Amino acid sequence: MRLKKSLLLLALLSAGAVSQQTIAGDLVIKIGSAAPLTGPQALLGKDNENGVKLAIEEINAAGLTIGKTKAKVELLSEDDQADPRAATIVAQKFVDQQVNGVIGHLNSGATIPASKIYNDAGIVQISPSATAIAYTAQGYKTAFRVMTNDSQQGLALANYAVKNLKAKNIAIIDDRTAYGQGLADEFEKDAKAAGAAIVAREYTNDKAVDFTAIITSIKGKKPDVVFFAGMTPQAAPMMRQIVGLQLKAQFLSADGAKTPEFIKLAGGAAEGAIASSPGVVLEQSANGKAFAAKFEKKFGKIQNYAPYAYEATLTLIEAMKVAGSADPAKYQPFLAKISRNGVLGPIAFDAKGDIKNGAVTLYQVKKGSWVALP
Amino acid sequence: MDIFLQQLINGLVSGSIYAIVALGYTLVYGILRLINFAHGEIVMLGAMIALSVIGLLTDSGLPGLLIVSLGLLCAIPCCMLIGYLIERIAYRPLRHAPSLTPLITAIGVSIVLQNLAMMIWGKEFISFPPLIDVQYFSISEATINSVQIFIVIVSTLMMTGLNYLVNKTKLGNAMRATAQNAEVAGLMGVNANTIISLTFVIGSALAAVAGMMVTMNYNVAHYDMGFMLGLKAFTAAVLGGIGNLRGAMFGGILLGIIESMGAGYLGTLTNGMFGSNYQDVFAFFTLIGVLIFKPSGLLGKAGGERP
Repeated sequence: MRLKKSLLLLALLSAGAVSQQTIAGDLVIKIGSAAPLTGPQALLGKDNENGVKLAIEEINAAGLTIGKTKAKVELLSEDDQADPRAATIVAQKFVDQQVNGVIGHLNSGATIPASKIYNDAGIVQISPSATAIAYTAQGYKTAFRVMTNDSQQGLALANYAVKNLKAKNIAIIDDRTAYGQGLADEFEKDAKAAGAAIVAREYTNDKAVDFTAIITSIKGKKPDVVFFAGMTPQAAPMMRQIVGLQLKAQFLSADGAKTPEFIKLAGGAAEGAIASSPGVVLEQSANGKAFAAKFEKKFGKIQNYAPYAYEATLTLIEAMKVAGSADPAKYQPFLAKISRNGVLGPIAFDAKGDIKNGAVTLYQVKKGSWVALP
Repeated sequence: MDIFLQQLINGLVSGSIYAIVALGYTLVYGILRLINFAHGEIVMLGAMIALSVIGLLTDSGLPGLLIVSLGLLCAIPCCMLIGYLIERIAYRPLRHAPSLTPLITAIGVSIVLQNLAMMIWGKEFISFPPLIDVQYFSISEATINSVQIFIVIVSTLMMTGLNYLVNKTKLGNAMRATAQNAEVAGLMGVNANTIISLTFVIGSALAAVAGMMVTMNYNVAHYDMGFMLGLKAFTAAVLGGIGNLRGAMFGGILLGIIESMGAGYLGTLTNGMFGSNYQDVFAFFTLIGVLIFKPSGLLGKAGGERP
């Protein structure tokens, strides 16, 4: 009886010792994911979070070794409400939690103010979806993005409007966010340079659903193309109202509107709308197809940026692996020099932290789904 | 001229919706001197409930118009009940508290309802299914569709009905008496609690219809759609003179037209210096102007209706 008890005690003790050893031995890498999880853009934010989640689950399942220690990645997800003020609070929280890297934020308007906080704390950040030029133009060593920026996207859209759509008169609407305004400015500059006239420049905000007044005003100026720089919750009702008010112009938008949600909300009116998306067509590469299948099995339809959030996470961990350290100061130089092939094509950064050779693909709504244009 | 006509139509349609929502604010304010900030959320709940019912019936094979009417018929009593419960649970216990307390409670109720809706219907935008065959009519170059005509007609009918109810019926008499002096009205045999509950119920029924109108017109509903709409309608109520029914109707339609004209012509008039980015500013600017020069609102009596 006595022997049995002491044996049991011994077993318990050794079990405790073993488990303690694994806790002490495993390196826990904390990755922060920041995106709007409430508010009108919650759907897109959740999509980004799922992208990061999938990447982390895969990394953990495959087993990760940083340097010589076994490591485990942990996700800390925060809601930045797509709001610049909330974004800085989230950033400060991540700094206090001493995360090893951040995937975020979703919106340019949130990413830019947060990037200063990360830079001051020396925490590396990869935005999966911020496209504003200003983000990487601040000279922060910690700021990276895997998304094509607005100057690349604006140029591609302007060239498409003027050369392929043969637009002479263009009307521009933007939603006054850092993203919308930046993209619209780039588009305006490039479209003018390509020889088109900008007949109207109108503005809305990222909460509006009634655009009848500005569409009516634009209609009087008879544009060939209406370009909207903003997100889906505005783009879809706008498209309906353009059709309803019989404004006969080609609707052109960018990545913020290129979502399945756009087609669902705009219904039949979506037919014929054109929008660009940075990066390559997911369905055209074997890797991309495999990713889409994996993701959809777990989380449902990809909204937009999930593949970028996924890629950004893998890229960040890859840099840690090469550096043999999860310390941002140690792996940052390796991240800057990284060159890898992901689901969206090759990933490498230029001196500013922008993705090199960011591709832009144009899509059109045909029979209720987005089809890549040649 | 065609553009002017189109802007007038645009303004009239959005203004009709503002007016219906503004009536809800003004009804409650008139009686309780309480700004019921949760009113915008009731509009949202009306839209959400109607869309849920419509969503359930979409594949039932019933005619589209019937499904939409059923959605509305379910939303109205639900909103009436919610309105009643809000008054009973959140405001009645605070009836004799300092006026700031119910105001803060109203903001609290608004947040609670918004988050509740987010939990029930999710964060996604809900679209209005294509059940009604929308007809477009042209008046010279301007366009108006059947949904918009419906909105203007229904809101006019509702405003006339409410005006009749308040000014010509016994219930309306009791409501006005309670608004003037609840205690004296009580001595005359008017049950103030019943009248106040009824006011909330009527306001909520109007809100349910307004919610339906918004989703039909813009084809989307979202859990935070009530916030901005509520703010605009509140502005409309103040513009017309809060506590004054005709003022709310007038203020709502005026605000809609000001917004649409402002967005349409501001850019051209100022040669691009001010554009449609000043749309909201323009509406609120008018409000500030009214508050400075006629603080009781355009149709309000100076000094209010209560001594």
